[in-house]
Amino acid sequence: MATHAAALREGRAPIVREVPHTVSPGLWTLAWRRLRSDRVGMVSLVIVVAFLLMMILSAAGLIASDWNREVGVNYAPPSFLGSEAPAASQAAAIAPGGEATSAAPEYKSKIVDPIGDVIAELKAGKGERGESQPAAAPPATSGTPAEQGESVDPLAAVMADIRAKTAQSQVHTEERKATLPFGGDKWGRDVLKKTIKGSETSIFVGLAAAALATFLGTVFGAVAGYFGKWVDDFFNWFYSVFSSIPYLLLILAVAAVLQQKGIMTIVLILGLTGWAGTFRLMRAEYLKHKAREYVQAADAIGASNARRMFVHIFPNVSHVVLVQMSIYTVGFIKAEVILSFLGFGVPVDVVSWGSMLNEAQNELILGKWWQLVAAGTAMALLVTAFSLFTDALRDALDPKLKGRAGA
Amino acid sequence: MTSVANPISGSALVSIRDLRISFRLDRKTRFEAVKGISFDIPQNSTVALVGESGSGKSVTSLAMLGLLPPENSIIDRASQIVYGGRNLVSLPIGELRKLRGADISMIFQEPMTSLNPVFSVGWQLEEVLRLHMGMTGRAARKRSIEVLREVGIPEPERRIDAYPSQLSGGQQQRVMIAMAIACEPKLLIADEPTTALDVTIQKQILDLIADLQKRRQMSVLFITHDLAVVGEIADYVVVMRNGEIREQGPAKAVFETPQDTYTKALLRCRPQLDRRPTRLPVIDDYMRGTGPTHTEERRRGVRMSDPIVLDVKNLGKSFYSREGLFGKREFKAVKDVSFKLPKGKTLGLVGESGSGKTTVGLTLMRLHEATTGEAIFEGRDLLSMSPKEFMAYKRRIQIIFQNPYASLNPRFTIGQILVEPMQIHGIGDSTQARTDMAFELLDKVGLAEVSFYKYPHEFSGGQRQRIAIARCLTMKPDILICDESVSALDVSVQAQVLNLLQDLQDEFGLSYIFISHDLAVVKYISDEVMVMNEGSIVEMANSDEIYRHPKMPYTRNLLASIPKGWQGGRERAND
Repeated sequence: MATHAAALREGRAPIVREVPHTVSPGLWTLAWRRLRSDRVGMVSLVIVVAFLLMMILSAAGLIASDWNREVGVNYAPPSFLGSEAPAASQAAAIAPGGEATSAAPEYKSKIVDPIGDVIAELKAGKGERGESQPAAAPPATSGTPAEQGESVDPLAAVMADIRAKTAQSQVHTEERKATLPFGGDKWGRDVLKKTIKGSETSIFVGLAAAALATFLGTVFGAVAGYFGKWVDDFFNWFYSVFSSIPYLLLILAVAAVLQQKGIMTIVLILGLTGWAGTFRLMRAEYLKHKAREYVQAADAIGASNARRMFVHIFPNVSHVVLVQMSIYTVGFIKAEVILSFLGFGVPVDVVSWGSMLNEAQNELILGKWWQLVAAGTAMALLVTAFSLFTDALRDALDPKLKGRAGA
Repeated sequence: MTSVANPISGSALVSIRDLRISFRLDRKTRFEAVKGISFDIPQNSTVALVGESGSGKSVTSLAMLGLLPPENSIIDRASQIVYGGRNLVSLPIGELRKLRGADISMIFQEPMTSLNPVFSVGWQLEEVLRLHMGMTGRAARKRSIEVLREVGIPEPERRIDAYPSQLSGGQQQRVMIAMAIACEPKLLIADEPTTALDVTIQKQILDLIADLQKRRQMSVLFITHDLAVVGEIADYVVVMRNGEIREQGPAKAVFETPQDTYTKALLRCRPQLDRRPTRLPVIDDYMRGTGPTHTEERRRGVRMSDPIVLDVKNLGKSFYSREGLFGKREFKAVKDVSFKLPKGKTLGLVGESGSGKTTVGLTLMRLHEATTGEAIFEGRDLLSMSPKEFMAYKRRIQIIFQNPYASLNPRFTIGQILVEPMQIHGIGDSTQARTDMAFELLDKVGLAEVSFYKYPHEFSGGQRQRIAIARCLTMKPDILICDESVSALDVSVQAQVLNLLQDLQDEFGLSYIFISHDLAVVKYISDEVMVMNEGSIVEMANSDEIYRHPKMPYTRNLLASIPKGWQGGRERAND
């Protein structure tokens, strides 16, 4: 399939002849056939495609475009748990808005909360002082934080600002639901929709960064392996110096140079730092292939260097690139999470699985597990499916089976 | 299966009865590699299993040792391989392992890959003795030295500590044989043991195996595609094709009065040293029952008056390896080679591996940069012109490589492969014109029009070599370099490709430089022969002259090493 496309681009032979012929399966077609007979591979492929579809629909604004609306109560529990869950009331206690604070905390906890008592104590303390000083007031105005028994929140002022704005914009015309299909977050946004929206960022970052990294690695590796000599030396020096820098430091350095937060920044960070593995692999492949007889034969018929590199050799190593790219995608989806965790991730107004997991670490203490489970499950499912698919792809493209059909 | 009813009689060491082996290709399809064969290996004798690729000969031998991959091979339950009263097919793997190496041992085709490069020769030999004979320490070492001496390794006390890479190909094969015979097996299976070796080494190894067989009173199952080798070594011959036995019997009977048409064809389609028909007979001629079509002899030779198309003077090629920090060591692969190639004639280039014959070809193509010398073509020196200038001449000299499986890009259709060179060199005005030409050439090399749309993996080795030839022809070259172009092909296919090359020479007046280690093939196709050794020309003369009256001792030695086939049957076979 790919070679046909290449042929058309080259202006080579859109051949029309009267001779009836059956179109012979190319190696890609044969690989596809092998892949189709691999059950695990096909299931994984379906899952991956489903995720991609979801991502595209979400990006097109057809689904989950209203993820930002605060449809539920704060920390609305999943519907299957019912609204009786203690979380709802607990959430109410610290949520903004005057009416929430007046709600008396009730503890009908079925789940054993290890720090429940401590929180109860704190709440009690707060309640005593509550007559003179509303708890909802920004901490900055309410004496020392220690007095209040709360941890210092450096962003408190900003948060207060945001809260004020959201409070203004939020017209309380609609009823806030007590439960949501898979729960709600701190602001009562639907976790399910958030996860769908988050997939957009995560998968895009994974794919785009993987494409960039494999592109760089392939071009560098091809040039180094094909030309050899000082070109190879140069790239190897570059690679050695590059890989001697600790990975995280490198990421921080690139992040510092780029100086802005955003999805493209993450893509660049991951892409610019991740090419090394593909470089080594492609260099080895090109070293191996340039000595092959078919490349010598191409030389003998007068094909130029660029033609030999990309028209002759590349289709023969493209399966390696494909496998590399899917391995990278898996890795970069995870890397995005780590970056978000470290604070180099997506901006605040963008949701990704990484930022969801980041939020989840605070919520978990309060027993609000659904955001973690939703983002975690989505990621685990995609990453596992992608990995299994990569395995199946590698098996299907295994050149060891080549030639058996013809011999 | 003409003579299943008449298996070799005598006290059999191994008797194989109704052996059926098939391979699972995918869930539904199976490929039957061996279709119910029966033969015996008598005690104290050499049985040759002969056949072309895909005949099932190697599969049969692997089945005897239980070495077939268990995940996709199926041996039929009714099959019997009886050795010492036990059926090896149904023997548990543990029992079989005890037999392997001790009672039945095997040597493989490629000694370079069959020995483990990180262990010394002695270590690998001692391992065999330790596993099967329970020998340890000094006793194992002493025995190893003895065995190495027996297989003709010089200075075995010193060589026992050598690593495989420190030995030559012939010596490595000797070590393999030493490992195989160390435990005094009753049956030695040799799977194409000399195919990867030069003729002179091949002769030594064949002599060694024959000698060991007699001295040890063991049996040898010798698997090969080369009937000439069989004629030298075998007592009994089993001819296989497509998983069936076509003919079996004592060597004398098979060589002198072959009953089966396939056997007859196989015996005759290989080029012989003393005859040169205008066309080689091919298997199909016999299978169709027409017999050889061209019996008249072709005259070969170069006259002084022949126009010269390529004049090579003092060609030299050195490779350099680094030594120390600044030092360079020079290795002269080709030294001061000069020759003239007449138009429409074939120059045969023979020599053993490492003689520099392939380097000569690649240097003329400028696939390697020559160190010294010139190659005059139409009054211009091809070697000293700039790459840009050379581009115009590039299509005039073309090369056909040895391995047709490697020289075609697997991701291109045949159409793309054929059209590409025309595009690069601007041959033909339009895509349509080029396509038409490609179809014409496919027809010329005897391939169907549908081939245009197919991929290389759908063709057999011989067909692929035709495609490679067609690719060269698209550029209408004047000189074609054939670098071992028929060496990797089966005997019957070899004959077809040689015939094709000859037809093309007759039609287009091409000049060939035919590089090969196979002296019989070179004799058949060449007008003039150049013998090379260690990068220099040893001798050069008209081919009939050089084979009849070799002047140099090296040439004489080389010619004497050619397997002569069945000596007694020679005159009869030539009738």
